[in-house]
Amino acid sequence: MRLRGLVRKEFLQVWRDPSSLAIAFVLPVFLLLLFGYGVSLDAKHVPIGWVIDKSTPETSSFMAAFQHSEYFQTRHYPNMAAAKQAMQYQDINAIIHLREDFSRELFQQDSPAIQVIINGVDANTARLISGYVQGAWNAWLTHLAEVRGITLSSPVIAKQRIWYNSAVLSKDFLVPGLIAVIMTLIGALLTAMVMAREWERGTLEAMIATPVTVGEVLLGKLIPYYLLGMGGMLLAIGMAVFLFDVPLRGSFWVLLLTGTLFLLLALGMGLLISIVSKNQFVAGQIAIIVTFLPAFILSGFIFDISSMPDAAQFFTYLVGARYFVAILQTVFLAGNIWPVILPNAAALILMGGVFLALAVKKAPKRLE
Amino acid sequence: MSDSGRGNADNALEMHGVDKYFTVGKRSVQALQNISLSLSRGAIVGLVGPDGAGKTTLLRIAAGLLLPDTGTVRVFGHDTERQVMRVHQMIGYMPQRFGLYEDLSVDENLRLYADLHSVSLADRQQRFQDLTRMTGLAPFTRRLAGRLSGGMKQKLGLACTLLSRPQLLLLDEPSVGVDPVSRRELWNIIEQQVKTNGMTVLLSTAYLDEAERCTEVLLLDEGELLDHNSPDYFKNAMHGHSFLVSRSDLSNRALQNSLTGQTGIVDAVIQGDRVRIVSAGEKLPDTLLLQPDDDRLTVTAVEPRLEDAFIARLRERRAALLPQRNITTTVSVVEEEVIRVDGVDRWFGDFQAVKKLHFSVRRGEIFGLLGANGAGKTTTFRMLCGLLPASSGQLRVAGVDLRTAAAKARARIGYMSQKFSLYVNLSVKQNLTFFSSVYGLRNNRRRQRIQWALQQFDLQPQQDTSSGDLPLGYKQRLAMACALMHEPEILFLDEPTSGVDPLARREFWNRTNQLAASGVTVLVTTHFMEEAEYCDRLVIMMDGDILTTGTPSAIKQQVRSKALPNPTMEDAFIHLLEARQS
Repeated sequence: MRLRGLVRKEFLQVWRDPSSLAIAFVLPVFLLLLFGYGVSLDAKHVPIGWVIDKSTPETSSFMAAFQHSEYFQTRHYPNMAAAKQAMQYQDINAIIHLREDFSRELFQQDSPAIQVIINGVDANTARLISGYVQGAWNAWLTHLAEVRGITLSSPVIAKQRIWYNSAVLSKDFLVPGLIAVIMTLIGALLTAMVMAREWERGTLEAMIATPVTVGEVLLGKLIPYYLLGMGGMLLAIGMAVFLFDVPLRGSFWVLLLTGTLFLLLALGMGLLISIVSKNQFVAGQIAIIVTFLPAFILSGFIFDISSMPDAAQFFTYLVGARYFVAILQTVFLAGNIWPVILPNAAALILMGGVFLALAVKKAPKRLE
Repeated sequence: MSDSGRGNADNALEMHGVDKYFTVGKRSVQALQNISLSLSRGAIVGLVGPDGAGKTTLLRIAAGLLLPDTGTVRVFGHDTERQVMRVHQMIGYMPQRFGLYEDLSVDENLRLYADLHSVSLADRQQRFQDLTRMTGLAPFTRRLAGRLSGGMKQKLGLACTLLSRPQLLLLDEPSVGVDPVSRRELWNIIEQQVKTNGMTVLLSTAYLDEAERCTEVLLLDEGELLDHNSPDYFKNAMHGHSFLVSRSDLSNRALQNSLTGQTGIVDAVIQGDRVRIVSAGEKLPDTLLLQPDDDRLTVTAVEPRLEDAFIARLRERRAALLPQRNITTTVSVVEEEVIRVDGVDRWFGDFQAVKKLHFSVRRGEIFGLLGANGAGKTTTFRMLCGLLPASSGQLRVAGVDLRTAAAKARARIGYMSQKFSLYVNLSVKQNLTFFSSVYGLRNNRRRQRIQWALQQFDLQPQQDTSSGDLPLGYKQRLAMACALMHEPEILFLDEPTSGVDPLARREFWNRTNQLAASGVTVLVTTHFMEEAEYCDRLVIMMDGDILTTGTPSAIKQQVRSKALPNPTMEDAFIHLLEARQS
């Protein structure tokens, strides 16, 4: 009866408090829409300036290969000076310069004179453009050779195949990872704030003077926010699969089960933070710094962990979201790969156990 | 003290040799020293003492929310350390801010506490009905607790703690910030519960007239239990020490001001149209102004109050801290209006907070605004300080029209808000420095004023303490000092003494009297009825209207009747409110 009363109270409070509602529902949807539609790590319709000193059938054919690609958008400039100025004004991200002797040298030497200048300010985009141009150039050369029946001077051409996310769509990789971020928001941030609020408003003082047990106080917080967190997860999975067409190759039940493990970890951290800090503002700040930001930055959700410096990589092992992001990306895009899922799930169980145990140990049945 | 005994289970609360320490910053502070007490079943016990005496700590220890560092605490024979669950089943505890969930409705709060106390479903409906009827909350069961007035919140908090029919009720300052009507209702409920359910009550309070209604009083000071006795015992000890005096050649304030701090006089306060003095001996003290053969003097020996005993006992312990005798030349009140309010309205959306207000204040007057919570006092104040524009009507302060020159008027007024507006992270001295620089004081002048403030308000020893760590009475002093840094002509004090103990209240009124005597006009809001007696004139407000204006004695005169030959200000107030409501 006591527990039921506490759970009901908690739901009523979330429902009446606009800021709780915002964290529990509005922010997740906003993040999903932002990452599903807005943020893209792919280069598409990149404007490229062309400077062609002398137009020939070969230059037109090469350019056509770019014009038909959805990755590029071509613009023409009469000379290098004009193209350089356009690059300075950020109208274009790269310049391809085909010199006068392009056609003549095409089959005479090892490679013809093609000059590619890329704006390196945004290193990520620059690398992408470089890769795409290289690919387009190779494809065009192969095609040309086939048409003319000539063997190329470089005999081996790497043929790439990309598995699991064959279209290399960044949303397919971002949206599953985002689920971990959303569950961190509800599990840790929201939980930390509501518990700290009870300290601040003196309601906890009145509550713990009743025959309520520590277990009931904690479960009274865990159950509502567990349900909210799983609701957030279902919402995110639903939007991922039905709105953003992210494939779900593994099992839905594996997602729910590992999601539960991760949520318990997040809830444990949230409760511990609020028990220790006793102040809404401080609890919110700590929750953002130790749970939300790491889930964003250090979990492999956006930035690849293996390319981080060693010290940063070391820290990622302390970030629970890291294990869950690995599971999410695997289950969504690759399937039920047990050698990946099991060790990560074990890490979640271990961390969750530690934080929940600490929360129970520090939980208040008295005021100090 | 043997630990083997189960204690006496007939006693509602027993403490033996209880010590409690807290760490504040790097220092360890002793909050309670060697407290031993036992409360018998059915007693209503008032816990009184100055701010920072350890009242809240004692209640929390009784509730098992804190454990004593040494000693034992038993509730009906159950140890609060080892049998905390049993203890929590037997007590009802209401913390200072009532412990309500403000975003839950009245009904939902009651249901939550019924669940927490495992009140059976069968019993529940009847209990809810009884309690909401008794507290007058029945029409508001669907309203959110946060939208209730202070008095209703307090009654809801009490209803929540009464749900489980606790055998020991612990209430921490249940009547702070609550108007007199609600306070009376609270007492009726408590007394009825004690009578019908045999409940024991321990409550802390800063209001000594409340403590007089208790069957026993615990007097706590600096963590020590000074005494535990019936209110009558305290009063009898003071028998023959209390007098009401007045002089035909002096105003009450001037008389009170001159008597305060003189040898042989423990206490001098204005009470109605007389000055109440507590003498150190059982006769009138032998001073110039109180010679019995002086025909300008009228003296009546009166029954002592609990407050007389309280002040006497605490003054004894603070011999060194006697208020200095202040020699101030009394300026006769010049008939010059410094504040004029003409037909002022103030709307918030479609809610009218203040309705067609009319009053004026003369230089050097202490002018009071009295009213329950939500009567419009604070709104009126904010308009007078130029913080809020009036919706219509005219406001002139220090000869300046606030509509055209609010900034000019503001340089000549000081304002102390209800919440004291101190920077809690800054030390006392840093707060003073900040406020003096805000008012544009520089160099020598600033140094002088800071020195003046530290001395005048006895803040020297605390000058490096963070103002957030100060007890309430000290915060109030510091806030008043900050408002006076630029020597304003008019001082606005919004609920300056709410929750402040009687000793600190005396110091406050002493200072205020001195300021008024030196020609500063003081406007003060309060819901402390006794304090209304310190005012030269006052208005009583309700729902944005002025119910009456006049001197304290004129207002009391209005309600004098056969049944009530000597009405107090509280009687007058309640009478006026009821007359209006019916």
